[in-house]
Amino acid sequence: MMILQLYLTFLKIGLFGIGGGYVMLSLIEREIIEVQGWLTLAEFVDILAIAEMTPGPISINAATFIGYTTAGFWGSAFATAGVITPSIILVLLVATLLKKFYQNKWVQAAFSGLRPAVISLIAGATIFVARTALIDISSILIALTAFALLVFTRLHPILVLLLSAVAGIFLNIY
Amino acid sequence: MKNNSLLLLFLTFFKIGATTFGGGYAMLPIIKREVVERHEWLSDEEFVDALAVTQSLPGAIAVNSSIFIGHKVRGIVGALIAMFGSVLPSFFVILIIAIFFARFTEYPMVQAAFAGIRPAIAALIAAAVLKVGRPVMKKRLNLLLVALFLLLSQVFSIHPMVIIVLGIAVGLLLFRLKEQPESEVDPQ
Repeated sequence: MMILQLYLTFLKIGLFGIGGGYVMLSLIEREIIEVQGWLTLAEFVDILAIAEMTPGPISINAATFIGYTTAGFWGSAFATAGVITPSIILVLLVATLLKKFYQNKWVQAAFSGLRPAVISLIAGATIFVARTALIDISSILIALTAFALLVFTRLHPILVLLLSAVAGIFLNIY
Repeated sequence: MKNNSLLLLFLTFFKIGATTFGGGYAMLPIIKREVVERHEWLSDEEFVDALAVTQSLPGAIAVNSSIFIGHKVRGIVGALIAMFGSVLPSFFVILIIAIFFARFTEYPMVQAAFAGIRPAIAALIAAAVLKVGRPVMKKRLNLLLVALFLLLSQVFSIHPMVIIVLGIAVGLLLFRLKEQPESEVDPQ
């Protein structure tokens, strides 16, 4: 029963988490801490730190972690399945419809306005993240170097991430 | 050469999922490199449109875009394979952490590495604006719209969903005006 409840709770979180990870966080906080009581606030903060330091979307990280701590392996599998179920259904639905109507002139018109809107949201995210991540000289230095490498060289972005991690270790430990 | 095999689809999104730190936007340069430049599964414009769709729907951008791109390459099976590729790395990493070392974030070495990764994430997102935005912002009208939408979201705190709806409305409106020859508005 616990496993079903985990699945349904995370399904709800996945369904209403429009607008990326940070919207999901407030949903998770309400559903998991206040409604279900599966976590304390301190544990929730731990999960945030772990989610930030591991690959993958925050919603998946949180579902896997909370699922495991409440009901073991199957808990983590079902919680993760729950949070991605709405994505599978809705994205496939829209992708199938779009395949049919992508060349329609009104659909194309809608996309011509959507494109600048999407770029503006990414630009907005840059400002938000830069404000929290660029806190001292070494972080500003790393950000500028990484940006130059990404824009002016053909270095793979994954390699730039690795180099930045090494730079962080050197600047902060040695 | 274009290779559409399911194995390549899985491996590509597994690689993307394993290196996605700092949320959906930071991985855009990685996805674009793999999906547009390397495997040529999508064109520049199709990539921006895929982002527009995946952003407008609930769910994580990384998961949604893997489903959308997988569907484009190999239909429903491709969508599911790409999704598993993008989700499995984070599932297993978190599972291992939950089982063995829930306090791994307290190791000084881990913290120092992330002191380097965090600013790099800001750089990745800034680079995404240039890399994804360049083909779009070639048109002066689009550049103007980007600036306008950015102003609305940053200065007036308009919700991202409202920005998306506004974008659709502006696109339809401009098209409507262009359709009427007597109109004095000249888009582009």
